[in-house]
Amino acid sequence: MREIDVKKITDAVSHLCMSANYYLPDDVTEALKKAREKEVSPVGRAVLDEIFENLRIAKEEKLPICQDCGTSVFLIELGQDVHITGGNFYDAINNGVRSGYKEGYLRKSMTYDPVLTRANTGDNTPAVIHTDIVPGDKIKILFCPKGGGCENMSALKMMSPAEGMEGVKKFVVDFVSEASGNPCPPSIVGVGIGGTFETSAFLAKKAVLRSPLGTPHPDERYAKVENELLEEINKLGIGPMGFGGRMTALAVHIETHPAHVALMPVAVNINCHAARQKTAII
Amino acid sequence: MSEIIKLRTPLTTKDIERLKVGDRVQLTGKIYTARDMVHRRFMELIKKGEKLPIDIKGQIIFYVGPAPPKPGYAIGSCGPTTSYRMDKFTPVMYEMGLKGTIGKGKRSKEVREAIKKHKGVYFIATGGVAALLCKSIKSAKIIAYEDLATEAVRELMVEDFPLTVGNDCHGGDIFEEGVKKYRIQ
Repeated sequence: MREIDVKKITDAVSHLCMSANYYLPDDVTEALKKAREKEVSPVGRAVLDEIFENLRIAKEEKLPICQDCGTSVFLIELGQDVHITGGNFYDAINNGVRSGYKEGYLRKSMTYDPVLTRANTGDNTPAVIHTDIVPGDKIKILFCPKGGGCENMSALKMMSPAEGMEGVKKFVVDFVSEASGNPCPPSIVGVGIGGTFETSAFLAKKAVLRSPLGTPHPDERYAKVENELLEEINKLGIGPMGFGGRMTALAVHIETHPAHVALMPVAVNINCHAARQKTAII
Repeated sequence: MSEIIKLRTPLTTKDIERLKVGDRVQLTGKIYTARDMVHRRFMELIKKGEKLPIDIKGQIIFYVGPAPPKPGYAIGSCGPTTSYRMDKFTPVMYEMGLKGTIGKGKRSKEVREAIKKHKGVYFIATGGVAALLCKSIKSAKIIAYEDLATEAVRELMVEDFPLTVGNDCHGGDIFEEGVKKYRIQ
């Protein structure tokens, strides 16, 4: 049993909120550089140049890469031998969000009520927190400031198992085509397949956050589909910001889960080119 | 790619008529910010026949909710939000004399028709490059709906603010033209 004080968690989260919003992960920057080399559209290349210039300014001046500092999404792996002391675990995370967003001059985007008042909570809480219990005595905290524009470009379909892989592929490609420039391409396409309604949505989020970017699915049959989907998507002609071009997606990741004989849920979640995330281990 | 076109607000009909889809523009002058909740409030006022807190005639609206300014900055990171959420409200605003909108992503058929009919323009600012864009914003002040925090109506003074023409008054659409040009069958 290892004791961890909530203050440690709050401090780690506060730091994650700021650094994730100022600095893009290296693997995403590398993928964007490769996209710049491959892009044939002049207007698409101009967009990518603006993206690199923006990353430089954000890094040098500690400014958020995007004004939309997102919903604060956390994927947490909590070691079963950890004993949290000094307070409530979820409060500790929300306190970290509160202080990180204030201290870091990050935009607060959360509203108290999703439909009625839409009044801003003023500190970007509450966070969306997913917790998984794992072996060990550590806490792994993955933070993703998930922008609203790309989160809106999500879809879920309870497909018939008979539709098979061709059905899955058509659903994904048609949806990315329809999303056009909305999710700020070149984007990352996350696909979740299997389980129940909510499993597939969560798998799509996990797929979007797979790191390093472009890591293939461990099952080579799905890894092949990831490549095929990426190729199909980059034939659509959408390009950076939807202005026309070949670099519509940087990667397609698929996550899967076994499914009931009657079920084949498929979910798509997209991340923008400012695909921010950062992990801390306590 | 064409050369960069420098424009000053308020835009004249002549300025707008020369703009074509894909043109790169640098805009200088006064613009307003308004996004989701402001549009909801504007529509309630319009329905009731009441005056809006800003006169939109001849003006440009930027769909944005900026990040807060760090000390010494006029504004924090400030890039566009996706425009389609405002589509339902936009045709009536062009009808009321609004000259331009700035956002990202494609517009509805109705908005495109309104832009054509009322000789307006839809500019796109690159999404997700908000630290870069805030460098072209020289001043910002809240002029209505302070309670909406980041969503409040702000008056911005911009200088050489970098934009791309998304929909022109001749019916052009950057998304349709882009896909037509680069799609591989």
